[in-house]
Amino acid sequence: MLDNIEVLQVLEIVIAVFMVVLAFLAINSKSLIKAVMFLSALSMLSVIGFVVMQAPDVAVTEAVIGSGLVTSLFVFTLLATKKVGVK
Amino acid sequence: MKNFLALLAALGLGVLIILSLQNNTLFNEYGEDVTGRDSEEYGDREYGEENPASGPANIVTSIVADFRSFDTLGEITVLFVSSLGVALLLGGTKQKRLDLGFHPNFMLRIGSKALFGIILMTGVYVTIHGHLTPGGGFPGGAMIASSMLLLYLADDTFRAKIKGFKILESVAGSLYVLIGIAGLFFADYFLENFLNNGVVGDLLSAGIIPLIYVLIGLKVGSEISGVIDNFLTEEVV
Repeated sequence: MLDNIEVLQVLEIVIAVFMVVLAFLAINSKSLIKAVMFLSALSMLSVIGFVVMQAPDVAVTEAVIGSGLVTSLFVFTLLATKKVGVK
Repeated sequence: MKNFLALLAALGLGVLIILSLQNNTLFNEYGEDVTGRDSEEYGDREYGEENPASGPANIVTSIVADFRSFDTLGEITVLFVSSLGVALLLGGTKQKRLDLGFHPNFMLRIGSKALFGIILMTGVYVTIHGHLTPGGGFPGGAMIASSMLLLYLADDTFRAKIKGFKILESVAGSLYVLIGIAGLFFADYFLENFLNNGVVGDLLSAGIIPLIYVLIGLKVGSEISGVIDNFLTEEVV
């Protein structure tokens, strides 16, 4: 039977692995809007990481700015730009 | 090759993240005994006791808005200068909304307007309770600004009354400095907590810290709202 600390450690490793996968997907995805969404998900996972590391103040700030404001600003920017010319 | 390098960089960063998460030691697990040291009266606080050092139940707040309040004033100034720069570059006399080629449908309009109030109230709550719970002026102000962003998303002709935001921002910033100067007069140094600290955990406690955090929240919220408005408008030619 796992006790509390082991559960937390397993959770930490799962979070870290998912963060790596999401970062790789965000770098490598062809569609820009998908990259923004992956970045937002990465930000959300880092919020859980901050909570596990017992920094709730940082977690609140990261949740609001990282996955809220920055994502929506990126989305608005992508909406405002147009694709010109075909390769 | 490029993919391989990207994977390598991501894996390296991932190992760093795993290591930093693994070595998650609590302060008292370092073997340091804080009893009897000067830092004890700053670190230990429980609900209901009178705290002579600094009032807030949230220790981070007592550092951000009390012991290192001058740094926070600097951060506020940085944010002010950046929003001023954005306004200088993108602002103008006659402006209209940027044409995004995107028209919100019925669900988005109604849903955003329903969520607006909830997010705004959460921002106000986080700001007012900054000295008791995690959060404070910066995240609270950013929440208020993101509720404004939601209104921009919901209506493609909506524009906030940006002049009121400018006035609110200036008044909040000036009041912060005035509170600091009042500390110089009523106590010893700039931004000193000169009011009664009260009981730890009460809403009205911790002297000037709630006042400062509400001012910071108002200032950050109005500044980021102004930046968002500048980003989403363009000059009429």
